[in-house]
Parts: sequence; C-alpha cells; structure tokens
Amino acid sequence: MRGAGAGLAGALILFFARFITAVRGRWAGVEPTDEQRIYFANHASHGDFVLIWTVLPRRMRFTTRPVAGSDYWLKGRLRRFIGCDVFNAVLIDRDRGSRTSDPVAQMTEALDAGSSLIVFPEGTRNTTDARLLPFKSGLFHLARARPGVALVPAWIDNLNRVMPKGEFVPIPLICTVTFGAPLRLTEGETKQDFLARAEAALLALSPKANAS
Amino acid sequence: MTMPHPDLVAVLAGILGVLVVASTIGFVLQRKLSPDGSNAVVENLNDRIRAWWIMVVLMGLALIGGKTGVTLLFGFCSFAALREFITLTDTRRADHWALAAAFFVVLPVQYYLIWIEWYGLYSIFIPVYAFLLMPIIAAARGDTDHFLVRIAEVQWALMICVFATSHVPALLSLDIAGYEGRNVLLIAFLVIVVQISDVLQYVWGKLIGRTKIAPKLSPSKTVEGFVGGALSATAVGAGLSWMTPFTALQAAFLSLVIVLLGFFGGLVMSAIKRDRGVKDWGHLIAGHGGFIDRLDSVVFSAPIFFHLVRYGWSAV
Repeated sequence: MRGAGAGLAGALILFFARFITAVRGRWAGVEPTDEQRIYFANHASHGDFVLIWTVLPRRMRFTTRPVAGSDYWLKGRLRRFIGCDVFNAVLIDRDRGSRTSDPVAQMTEALDAGSSLIVFPEGTRNTTDARLLPFKSGLFHLARARPGVALVPAWIDNLNRVMPKGEFVPIPLICTVTFGAPLRLTEGETKQDFLARAEAALLALSPKANAS
Repeated sequence: MTMPHPDLVAVLAGILGVLVVASTIGFVLQRKLSPDGSNAVVENLNDRIRAWWIMVVLMGLALIGGKTGVTLLFGFCSFAALREFITLTDTRRADHWALAAAFFVVLPVQYYLIWIEWYGLYSIFIPVYAFLLMPIIAAARGDTDHFLVRIAEVQWALMICVFATSHVPALLSLDIAGYEGRNVLLIAFLVIVVQISDVLQYVWGKLIGRTKIAPKLSPSKTVEGFVGGALSATAVGAGLSWMTPFTALQAAFLSLVIVLLGFFGGLVMSAIKRDRGVKDWGHLIAGHGGFIDRLDSVVFSAPIFFHLVRYGWSAV
C-alpha cells in the first residue's frame, strides 16, 4: 500500500516537474548508462534532485538515491514520506555536534549496496548571487573512500528562478540539466586541488559560462 | 459530442493523405541518401515530418472536440509559449508575483473570456487591464533596477503568447450567416495557410533560393523562397475557399494577408532570438525547436485575420 502510494506520488511529482519546467537532460560528457555514479550538482532549491531524477531514464531512477539533510526531510509527515518513501533519500545529519553517524560512511554504505548517488557538495542551498558556493570536503572524502566510482558533474539551470527561496508559487520556466565528463580522484591529488577541479568542472557546464 | 462536419472530415482526410505522402518520401530519401542516419538534411526532414504527425493529430482532435478542444489546446499552447518566452527575459526575483499572476491569473482569465465569448472584454483585458495592473504588482516589490525593461518584457510576452494566440479560438465566436456550425474550419483554414506557407517557403528557398532577404535575422530566408512560398500559399488558400465563407478571390486576399503577417512575424521573433543569443525558443518538438518557433507565424496573423473576418463577414 505504502509502495503504491509512493509510486503514485513519484509519478505526480514527475508530472508536476515536467509541467512547470519542461526539463530536458543534456548528456554532454557521459551517456545515460547503468554504470554506478555519484552525480554532484549545484544546489539552489529543494527541487534540485527532483529535476535530476526526472531526466534520468526510468530504470536508473530506482537505483539513484539523493543525499539530503535530515533536518529538512524528517520534519513533518509529508516531507518524510517524500524524502524516505518516494525518493529513498540517504538522509544525513548536517549538524556536526549532534550527529551520531558519519555522513561519508552512510554514503559509502549506499554505494556498496549498488546505488548511485546525487550529492550537493555546496552543503546548503545557494541563495547568493555567486553561481556556486565553495564545495565542502565531503565530496573529496567520498571520492577517496570509493575511488572506483565515477563522479559526474550535473549543472541544473534556471530552477533558482522558478522558485526563489521564500516563495511558494513556482513560475513555469524551462530548465535544463547538463551532465559533464566524469571525474576521478587522481593519485596523490590534494583536497584543495580536487575540490577546485570539481568546482571548475561543474561551473563549466553552466550556459552562462559558455555565453561569456 | 456531435458528429464532425463533413467538410472538416474532408480537410482532415486530405491532410492525413499529404502526411502519408510526405512520410513515404521521407522514408525513401532516408533509404537512399542516409541509411546510417548521417545526412543531416534528410534526418531533419524526417524529424519534422514526425513532429507534423503529432501536431496534426493533436490539432485534428482539438477541431473534432469543437470549442472545448480548441480552447484547451490553444490555452496550453499559450502556457507553453509563455514559459519559453519568460525563460529568455531578464525578469528577476522582484517580478515573482507579477509572473505568477501572468501564468495563473491573466492566462486563464483571458481564455475564460474567450470561452464565454465576451468580445468587449477579451479584446482589451491584456492591452488595458494587465498592462496597467502588472507594473503595479512589480513596483510594489520596490526593485527599480531595469524596471522599464522588465515590465515591458512581461507585457510583450503576454501580448504575443496569450493575447494574440487566444484569437485563434476566438474565431469560433464569430456569427457568419450561412456558415453556422462550421467555424472550426476557419481555424483549419488559418493554420493550414500559415503552415503551408512556411513549408512552401522552405521548399522554394531550397530549390531556387539565392538572394538572402534578412541575412542578419534569418540566414535561411531568401527572396525567391519568400515570393514563391507566398504566392503558392495564396493559391492554395484560394483553392481552399470551399471550406470558408469566402469567395475564391476573398480567400486569396485573406491568405496573402495571413502569409505576409506570418512571414514578418517570423522575422520579428527571430530578431528577439538573436537579441537573446539563442537559436530556438525551446526544445519541446524535435526538429522544430520550441512551441514559439512553430507558433510565431500563426500568432502574428491570428488577431488580424480575426478582425478582418469579424468586420467583413460576422454579425456580432
């Protein structure tokens, strides 16, 4: 019963996402294959992983789990239902003081179970004018823990205009998700170097980066 | 639902026949020139033909569905076109409520007014009421940066995508003596003439096109393509007078007006695309770009065709 409800809710969310954003995936650096991956994306809205999920081929959706903050997704029954049942999110506690389990360990556990992941290395929603916030170190630790898994940058364009923080009515605007060439941690690469490379790879996918 | 008028059935059957021929030619061309999918012109042609099938089936269902079908279809076209248009504007956070109003209030109200056939109000609802009220909503947020540009963009988007487009279903409200129950054929006439003109301009341009007509705006448009396409589409329009309340001569005149407006409308919309640095408005229809890429000529001709027919032939 719960499974059927989650399936229906997932279909409704997909329909709504397409209605509002007509979102299209552009596979610029990789093909949509079944290979296990960590997609890392810019984060401007709670709908970000929905858009990535929408443009993935159907069979890949069931094996791709978003990584999200438990402080937001465990608040209230509806959010819990959407976060846990519909999207099967890996919920991590972003508060260093209170957390009981290590987020990187949670993510590697999901990878070891065969899932792909969607992560937002900025760590929080970007509400500034900067196109990208500095990455947190989690992506580096994840890459070091599972060096065999490809890291695929995914730039989500326009969703910040659809629903800016604090607004609750979405504006229909066309969005795109651009997937770039996969990255891997190289031998002896430092944390700073790797994070800078990952940030640059993601920013390079932004249409504004190509226009200017 | 009543049975569709025999004339409509004849028109739809004719269009399906043309599409079957087009698909056959596309298939043969692909076998001969592009068996491995490497000939870009042939692949694009086949993409276009496939998209034509979808558009014709949707349009046919809408016309058979009568007023409900046509109003819903063009309401959705307005929505999709507005979504594409606003995506390319410089609107920002402070415009959020104005944009929400454009999508979720102005658009449905305009189509509701079309539905209840309140000519006096739907003719001025966007040019007067939206024109005055939308900037008030935007101003209330206090962001004055590029204010004039922003409000002008939203108003332009509404005029093109909602106001002008809504004049297609408005054709159903005309009351023409001796033409009762056949108004959907006016829509079919308008859309067929516009689209045939686009296709024929493309064909003439590919065959004998030499002189570029507006190299900056639209490098593929040529004088030869335009003249050949306009004249042959006018001839097709005259030949379709049997499905309209017009004589052959009148149908030719109205077709010429439709074709000219459609052509120049296409140029105007190209100018906007150049300004914004994009090739297509969107990516919804394979081979055709976005909704606006397909709608632009219809949009520019619909309100004028509507008014010409209303003043010349209609009793209301």
